[in-house]
Amino acid sequence: MPTIVVDVMPKAELLDPQGKAVAGALARQGSTRFTDVRIGKRFELTVEGPADEAVLAEVREIAANLLSNDVIEDVVAITVVD
Amino acid sequence: MRIGVVTFPGSLDDRDAQRAARIAGAEAVPLWHGDHDLQGVDAVVLPGGFSYGDYLRAGAIAARAAIMTEIVEAAGRGLPVLGICNGFQMLVEAHLLPGGLIRNAHQQFIRRDQVLRVENNSTAWTHGFEAGQEIVIPMKNADGNFIADDETLKRIEGEGLVAFRYAGGVNPNGSLDDIAGLTNARGNVVGLMPHPEHAVEAGFGPDTDAAMKSGVDGLVMFRSVIERALQTA
Repeated sequence: MPTIVVDVMPKAELLDPQGKAVAGALARQGSTRFTDVRIGKRFELTVEGPADEAVLAEVREIAANLLSNDVIEDVVAITVVD
Repeated sequence: MRIGVVTFPGSLDDRDAQRAARIAGAEAVPLWHGDHDLQGVDAVVLPGGFSYGDYLRAGAIAARAAIMTEIVEAAGRGLPVLGICNGFQMLVEAHLLPGGLIRNAHQQFIRRDQVLRVENNSTAWTHGFEAGQEIVIPMKNADGNFIADDETLKRIEGEGLVAFRYAGGVNPNGSLDDIAGLTNARGNVVGLMPHPEHAVEAGFGPDTDAAMKSGVDGLVMFRSVIERALQTA
């Protein structure tokens, strides 16, 4: 059964407090070469049958309207994996 | 005057909101998230809590509950709707209010008696306050950090949609423009992160300069909506 992966990230121009906290932890442990950390979400949707265009269209709709909030987040990738 | 309070899976302050409605002089009507029925109430409160464990995004799953269909429709007709904390998060997720609420800038849950400044006192829920009045309302949340893109923020400020701002020299969570609560343009839908239902009875409210636990500023919001309903009845 194919799995469709949806990646959602906080909008680039908005503060990402979780990423900022991790960046602070990296700096404290001496990993100083990384200038920024951002944390997003990965959703894995499994379907029965082929991940055809109809399925992908539905995933795009779900990704835009439920999995992400376009006020604060962007859907950055929708990928089919087997 | 009947104020409905919706209970979602994970609501915490629904009973407190019902109690606040009763203390203010209204009949409190429990509503259920899974029903398509507002039971003819004159106003609705979406209470605080952690509906669905804040999974996905705070308020996101509750904003898609059955009863929200009726609430969005009724809000469009002018029914007063108040979202408190998790309820505010539901209102932005349901696009009844603009912007978004994300994790507090300092990453921590915060509980404090917070000074707010009333910015818009023409809404159904705030007309009992003076414009610019400073009030004390308890707050307790982890995802109260208000954000919006520049264009949206300009519109919010330009149209006077800020209902409350954090004041007293403290922005507790990093919210843009110190925004603690918003209204829609019509003034019937209001959302805020602090909890007015916890400031309705002396002895059980926030600390004020006058005395410990004496704050009852939240009662004004419930009385405002009751008064508005009586005026329009």
